[in-house]
Amino acid sequence: MMERSAAVKLRVDQEKCQGHNRCYMLAPELIDVDDMGTAFERNEDGSVPAELEEKAQLAADNCPEFAIVISED
Amino acid sequence: MADTQPVNDWATDFDILDEGYIADPFTVWEDLRGRCPIAHTERRESAFLPTKYDDVQAFSKMVPELSSADPLVIAAPEAIQQTEHFKKYGANSPPISSDPPEQVWTRRLLLPHFTPKAVEPHRQYTEELCNELIDGFIETGEADAAGQYAQQIPPRLIAKMLGVDESMTDDFTYWVRAVLELGLADPELRMKYRDVIRQFFRDTVAERRDNPGDDLISHFLAATDPDGNPIDPEIVIGMCNLQLVAGIDTTWSSIGSALWHLGSNPSDRQRLAADESLYPTALEEFLRFYSPVTMARVVTENVDYNDVSMCPGDKVIMNFPGANHDPDAFENPHEFQIDRKVNRHVAFGAGIHRCAGSNLARMEMDVAIKTWMKRIPEFEVSKPDEVTWAGGQVRGPRYLPVTF
Repeated sequence: MMERSAAVKLRVDQEKCQGHNRCYMLAPELIDVDDMGTAFERNEDGSVPAELEEKAQLAADNCPEFAIVISED
Repeated sequence: MADTQPVNDWATDFDILDEGYIADPFTVWEDLRGRCPIAHTERRESAFLPTKYDDVQAFSKMVPELSSADPLVIAAPEAIQQTEHFKKYGANSPPISSDPPEQVWTRRLLLPHFTPKAVEPHRQYTEELCNELIDGFIETGEADAAGQYAQQIPPRLIAKMLGVDESMTDDFTYWVRAVLELGLADPELRMKYRDVIRQFFRDTVAERRDNPGDDLISHFLAATDPDGNPIDPEIVIGMCNLQLVAGIDTTWSSIGSALWHLGSNPSDRQRLAADESLYPTALEEFLRFYSPVTMARVVTENVDYNDVSMCPGDKVIMNFPGANHDPDAFENPHEFQIDRKVNRHVAFGAGIHRCAGSNLARMEMDVAIKTWMKRIPEFEVSKPDEVTWAGGQVRGPRYLPVTF
């Protein structure tokens, strides 16, 4: 099996997050929210499975606080 | 100052209560964005009106230079501002009318009741309610989708969450309109109903203290302030007040605008009826395109921002609807795109005052529109010229005749 050249990661900047919860609605597989509505990554290391990369990007593209960062390691 | 004279130049003399602006603010914003993105007025009081997304975002983050102590778009009447109560508590609807640190701890009391998971148990009640309302007029082939439907949903749900009898619905609706809509141009009406709401909650909170239940008021009463003391009763009353003034005509305006859109645009209506998977993007696009809520801040210290100098006491109109139509932030912002993928709208505000009830509002919109579309997939706005819109603080249709 070929290894993917880059692993996509999603990070929530909790300093910026104001609990709009748009990311949770769009990508509940990747993001959960706590009692105060603050988002956090379900996978502690922020890793995004290949089949969820599009959802991760959507979550980032719809955050009104620009609090979600997608990166490739 | 003649507050109600026609506007000559929107850049230097804007009037957010102007009838033409309420009916169509979009062309005004578009004009201003091109030549003077932050307009000013001396009507009623000195106030600034940003029209660009980035400016509204920047003002949302300007805390404490911009205070939320008087968050309505028309300042509290002088007679209210001079009271000891106002001097101590401001507009007293925590946390929307608070600045940190009070904003932080009062908001934390609210948020757990409004997460996506916390609002989900209210879905079934909302569905039953929507169906019941439709039962009331479906046989007649026509309805006022604003008055007989949209307007009826949020006050009943809020009454239930507060543990207050549903028979209060019509009173709640009128009280809130008297403060937020009719009262903007009529200070006496605004003062009267501001007091009516507070007295109602003063009595209800006292009664609830003796007979607590599983409702928001009882939860507020059981909580403590940061020093571990019971919360000042006036703060509890203010938080109850907020549930009414922020939770009612905002959401009904969103539902009403969505039905106005679907009843005026057959192709979008047919697409939504045929494909339920469009709802998530459709709801956010309704929120962006028809953003109902405009808020305000009060300047507390000299602020220089771009070419604008603001002084203590000036108002800043938090033009979230205008931001949501900025071409620098949205592709083809004047097009309603039911499947818009990238949509960082700020219909619920931005920064620390992001609408605490946004998930509840979304659930109500989702249920109200889905239930309507399931029962009445074919309908149209029957007398477009007779549709009336309210605006200023909260924009949405108040009379919306449809046939089906």
